Amino acid sequence: MTDIIIHCAVALLFPPLLLGIIGKTKAAFAGRVGAPYLQPYYDLIKLFRKGSVFSETTTWVFRAGPVVTLSATLIAVLLIPLGRHAAPLSFSGDMILFAYLFGLSRFFTTIAALDTGSSFEGMGAAREVTFSCLVEPTLFFTLITLARMSKSLTLSTILIYPTPAIWLAAGASMLLLVGALFITLLAENCRIPFDDPNTHLELTMIHEVMVLDHSGPAFGIILYGAALKLFILGAVFVNVALPLATGNPLVDWAIFVVAMMALAVAIGVVESVMARLRLVRIPQLLVGATILSAFALLLVLR
Amino acid sequence: MNNSLRILYNGSAVPWAEIPLVDSGQFLQSILDATGHGWRVVSYFGIPARAEIPLVCVLADKVESRLAVVRTVADDNRFPSIASLCPQVQLFEREIAEQCGLLFDDHPWFKPVRFHHPFLAGRDAWNRPAGEPLRVGVMDYFQVAGDEVHEVAVGPVHAGIIEPGHFRFQCHGEEVFHLEISLGYQHRGIEADLLGGPHPRTLQHMETAAGDTTIGHGQAHCMIMESLAGVKVPPRAEVLRGIALELERLANHTGDLGAIAGDVGYLPTASFCGRIRGDFLNMTAVLCGSRFGRGLLTPGGTIFDLTSAQRDDLLKRLADARRDLTDAVDLIWSTPSVMGRLEGTGELSQELALELGLVGPAARACGIKRDVRHDHPFGIFRMTHLPVATAFHGDVCSRTMIRWQEAQKSMDFIEEQLRQLPGGGHRTKASPCRGQHLAVALTEGWRGEICHVAITDDSGRFARYKVVDPSFHNWQGLAMALREQQISDFPLCNKSFNLSYCGFDL
Repeated sequence: MTDIIIHCAVALLFPPLLLGIIGKTKAAFAGRVGAPYLQPYYDLIKLFRKGSVFSETTTWVFRAGPVVTLSATLIAVLLIPLGRHAAPLSFSGDMILFAYLFGLSRFFTTIAALDTGSSFEGMGAAREVTFSCLVEPTLFFTLITLARMSKSLTLSTILIYPTPAIWLAAGASMLLLVGALFITLLAENCRIPFDDPNTHLELTMIHEVMVLDHSGPAFGIILYGAALKLFILGAVFVNVALPLATGNPLVDWAIFVVAMMALAVAIGVVESVMARLRLVRIPQLLVGATILSAFALLLVLR
Repeated sequence: MNNSLRILYNGSAVPWAEIPLVDSGQFLQSILDATGHGWRVVSYFGIPARAEIPLVCVLADKVESRLAVVRTVADDNRFPSIASLCPQVQLFEREIAEQCGLLFDDHPWFKPVRFHHPFLAGRDAWNRPAGEPLRVGVMDYFQVAGDEVHEVAVGPVHAGIIEPGHFRFQCHGEEVFHLEISLGYQHRGIEADLLGGPHPRTLQHMETAAGDTTIGHGQAHCMIMESLAGVKVPPRAEVLRGIALELERLANHTGDLGAIAGDVGYLPTASFCGRIRGDFLNMTAVLCGSRFGRGLLTPGGTIFDLTSAQRDDLLKRLADARRDLTDAVDLIWSTPSVMGRLEGTGELSQELALELGLVGPAARACGIKRDVRHDHPFGIFRMTHLPVATAFHGDVCSRTMIRWQEAQKSMDFIEEQLRQLPGGGHRTKASPCRGQHLAVALTEGWRGEICHVAITDDSGRFARYKVVDPSFHNWQGLAMALREQQISDFPLCNKSFNLSYCGFDL
């Protein structure tokens, strides 16, 4: 029961802090002081206090977009184990639901973007859908590899399965999985080198351009949902990459939170030391990630 | 060359009567002959008139550092266009049509330039009603039809803090087939206001013709006033002007290097260059109290002198800024992901650049050795020579590289000039302009060649004052560079050209 309460509290309150840490890391590399760690929370509060403007050309789809997206992401967060703690909700085959909850949220984000009729948002939606087609196999290969190793189809089992002993036994495939997962994490969350979350250039954006017409609380929901998505994929990554367990639940929670912060710093470092890829190069990197995860599966099946 | 041209040199004035008046056929033939021999059209304009419109064309030959003027009179309201034979005049012809109401026959792209009424009401090339305000950007755009072809319109309101301009892309998926750029939103009527000048505020208007090119335009205007009045500028003032011009180049090139890094999402260089740009602006403020060099220049010299304490201060600041800038820019060359993004993006061939008559870093990035400081030296550049940096590929990477090389040369130049600052006064008294003269002044602003031409009437007032900003030549280059590129690369290409909207719109 305590774990479920902690799970919900961490999942609901912690995600925006990750964005704050990424921002602070990037600022440090750029020689700036940077915005406070809590800035994403202030931004959310500001947005929720604002009014919304809806274009006359949009329909209910446009308004439903953010809500459906956030709901799907909130359900997904209940399906994944955080650190060494099982998820509040789990059943055999929940990994399929997990993957398609993201599919559902993406579908509603893109269809809300298309609903505006804006040429930019159409371009963004086309890009998002193209790239997600390439990301999805990676996620599935990763989950299938882990499912095969742990002989289970439940996320709580397969994501807690990696331990230091497994790493020693199947280091090669684990390493490949970590590589593939990190690329997935960056691509799915629109981070550099795939997308630049801070750009104001509407012609180059992927994700940001799709939400240009959302404002006020609706935009706040989108930003919060994006932070939550980063948190979820980050948690999957941390579970696979850092399988540390002490046996003490509270210490394990602390390890998880610190590991997530370290991941945020790592994302900030990646964003600081490299430029964005050209849009035509992105599929190549995504296919590369798929190949990594496919190799991991081959090694396990061998 | 034929004898319909009157040869003169940069920063000089000739009596109007000495410029032979030829008929329109010979006029156009001279332009075509000259451009065929490697000359360039630096300015081509009409003098607004009710009936017979005088047309003047200024050509430049870099081989012998000569300029030439040719003039004619359009006695009808129609005039033959030579844009399809000599593409570099296409925008000049449209500009003449808009300002003077002259119709150019067979112009391949006959559209308004800035969407304003003609200087003299009554003659409008597009028969637009005189009383109503014109709506900028409302015209027929070039369109591509077919499956999967779509149109993307950007601006005039942009997401970033830039000036207004409208961009129409014809795309096939992510690939750009054609880009049409429509400007005019910043039109302030500078040239119309200059008729009958110089006014007390003319120098201020020139300094703000393109807000980031204060010294470039200011010096061109001062050169016009000096040559019309026959005033000599003291050596000390020439050096101070040269230092200010190069500081302006440094500040803007540094800002551009940072902005290019920012556009590809590379933070360290973007942040550092933003700060270092401020350092260069502050050095300009040491010269005259204004970070943008406003109020430094005056016809006959400079308003401010440089004390030896200020000179030492500048030398120290320059050394610091050079160290910081070198570190920040070296990060670009040593980061493969940045280079991968810059190389091969927005390529422009040398042939195209020559045909369109590009100027400044954009032309030099295509391997064209074209720099007013070298080709038509003015001011201090007659005494000292700056090497001209060129690159070959004409892509974003070349344009970035050119900026860094020029920045280094400018820093060397400033340091050298500060160490050997000539003594003497920094200002001679200005005198009134001579009447019935034509003066031409070219300067190399940080964007490229700036051309001012003035024609005075009997009493020494401006019968016509023509300003050509480098952006006027280069916008078409940007449009062509985008062909067959990814639409997502447009912001990067745009930044690598970094053209002025208000300098174009005037």
